[in-house]
Amino acid sequence: MIDFIIEHAVVWPVAVPITAAALAAMFWLRQDIQRLVSMVGLVLMLGASLLLLVTVMQDGVQARQFGSWAAPFGISFAADLLSAAMVMITGVLAVAVGVFGLADIRKREEHSGFHPLFLGMLTSVNGAFLTGDIFNLYVWFEIMLITAMGLLVLGKTRAQLDGTLKYAVLNLFSTLLFLLAVAILYGATGSLNMADLSRILATTEPSAALTLSAALFLAGFGIKAGYFPLFFWLPASYHTASITISAIFAGLLTKVGVYACFRVFTLMFEIEGSGLREAMVVIAAGTMLFGVFGAAVQWDVRRILSFHIVSQIGYMLLGLAIATPLAIAGAVFYIVHHIIVKANLFLVAGAIYRATGTYDLRKSGGLMRTNPLLAALFLIPAISLAGLPPLSGFWAKFLVIDASFQGGENWLAAVALFVGVLTLYSMSKIWIEAFWKAPPGVRQTARPVPVLMLLPIAALGAITVTIGLSPEPFIQYAQAAAETLVNPEAYIVAVLGESAGPGVEIAFDPATASPIIIEESVQ
Amino acid sequence: MELILSIAIGTLTASGVWLLLRPRTFQVIIGLSLLSYAVNLFIFGMGRLRMDAAPILEGAGSDPANYADPVPQALVLTAIVIGFAMTALFLVVLLAARGLTGTDHVDGRER
Repeated sequence: MIDFIIEHAVVWPVAVPITAAALAAMFWLRQDIQRLVSMVGLVLMLGASLLLLVTVMQDGVQARQFGSWAAPFGISFAADLLSAAMVMITGVLAVAVGVFGLADIRKREEHSGFHPLFLGMLTSVNGAFLTGDIFNLYVWFEIMLITAMGLLVLGKTRAQLDGTLKYAVLNLFSTLLFLLAVAILYGATGSLNMADLSRILATTEPSAALTLSAALFLAGFGIKAGYFPLFFWLPASYHTASITISAIFAGLLTKVGVYACFRVFTLMFEIEGSGLREAMVVIAAGTMLFGVFGAAVQWDVRRILSFHIVSQIGYMLLGLAIATPLAIAGAVFYIVHHIIVKANLFLVAGAIYRATGTYDLRKSGGLMRTNPLLAALFLIPAISLAGLPPLSGFWAKFLVIDASFQGGENWLAAVALFVGVLTLYSMSKIWIEAFWKAPPGVRQTARPVPVLMLLPIAALGAITVTIGLSPEPFIQYAQAAAETLVNPEAYIVAVLGESAGPGVEIAFDPATASPIIIEESVQ
Repeated sequence: MELILSIAIGTLTASGVWLLLRPRTFQVIIGLSLLSYAVNLFIFGMGRLRMDAAPILEGAGSDPANYADPVPQALVLTAIVIGFAMTALFLVVLLAARGLTGTDHVDGRER
């Protein structure tokens, strides 16, 4: 039994939430049972991701083939260090946001199916992190889009429907671009398995079809992740949802796009020498700058934070564009830090709303006097986001900027530092307006914030402080993850088996439904 | 056959993009549908066009060269199902938005 569970470690982070989602949907009319199922499911999912992380750290890349169709003909799930870290962070965030949701989500929204949709979304996010098949990735993206649309319109307000339309049109368009890229790739290589594609593309001559496919991947994932100049849907839709949902979206959904970019552009396509790097560098700089400028003129906390998602995505892309192991390690560290901090800031925004009754900074104020604990809890993620030592954001920015200096892209490092200053400006704006200044309205007393809201904020803050004070193990992990991304042999061997080196021809044996090796061509 | 298929894909894509840029939500949905049909046909074409060849292998030892590529057919089938679900879901959102805002403009208001 234990062996079975450990052997299938890569499957549970998807199997657990989808089972919980189905169970929650079955108790459609019983909100209390749904809440119980949801919490148990989230805790089990956290356990499953922990198991996967430990297994991957001990035994290396984990891979499973579904329906005993041997790779590369069936659908594979594979988890390397990056996937395992992403799944782990999803588990942590899901529990934190789930607990926050107990206090924030209204009865009306639970009636509209919050719990099944939330669990379904987590399923698709984990699926996207773990799948080893590029078409399967498309399927997870679509499930993510469907559940995200459901979550966005949960409140049934006019603003939400408006935001959902923009969200859905652009994201649907991006998945079509992605699908087109997959089709071209299949036409050029005849495979959909990522490990197999990595093997084949390593020995394939560059061609127009492959370049087009890579560009379409970048554009498709770019819309998902909110890259410049394709990010406009993000600040137009994220702030309309209820704050619990905004928090999980802000933490995870765009990062799935970033993760997909990392997977495709390290495992399959080369960034060096294909002209992609020049494009990516410009996109990264634009994403950082326009995101932070957009935030500077906003007064709604949620809109400020939404624009900051965009600007922070630029740092991650920066790491990928430079593509040295150091830069990729920095970007991996950045993703993990960012998911925690950004979701935490959205949760704090929810707590500010609970205390003052408004998201508009001009109307709120005085929280430092009335709710000093919340003020302290806001400072941790805010300072971390701006990148001041000794919190996690400092190390994340340090790694990425250090890598860009070493990669010879000095102007990019300058842009990154400048954006850091403007981020600090935005954070101090929230601090001054919501916490410091005297409240402008008649209401001088803030409403109390429930413990269930403060608890997850404090827990995520504690993680930020922990990463900040002892970054060593996290940086080492990120470096190991970057190492497996830059040299994907371990990933390929784990999925395809020992014999499948580059240049080996694999054919399909119809009698046994298994691959046979025809020839080992000389390279 | 290649020519007919490429003209069809081109026409669908062009009409889809044009409709996608229109200001009415219904036109946008039809535009997205047309685009997804174009992509589906394109996937189909990527498995190479074959006449009179079955996609399902029969018995052991049969020569794969006599068969059409079954993978794109499976992919297209999946994409059609997902696309259908998305369109249905999208129509619901559209109708709700139309009911709440009283207009079918994508911005939720006329001009």
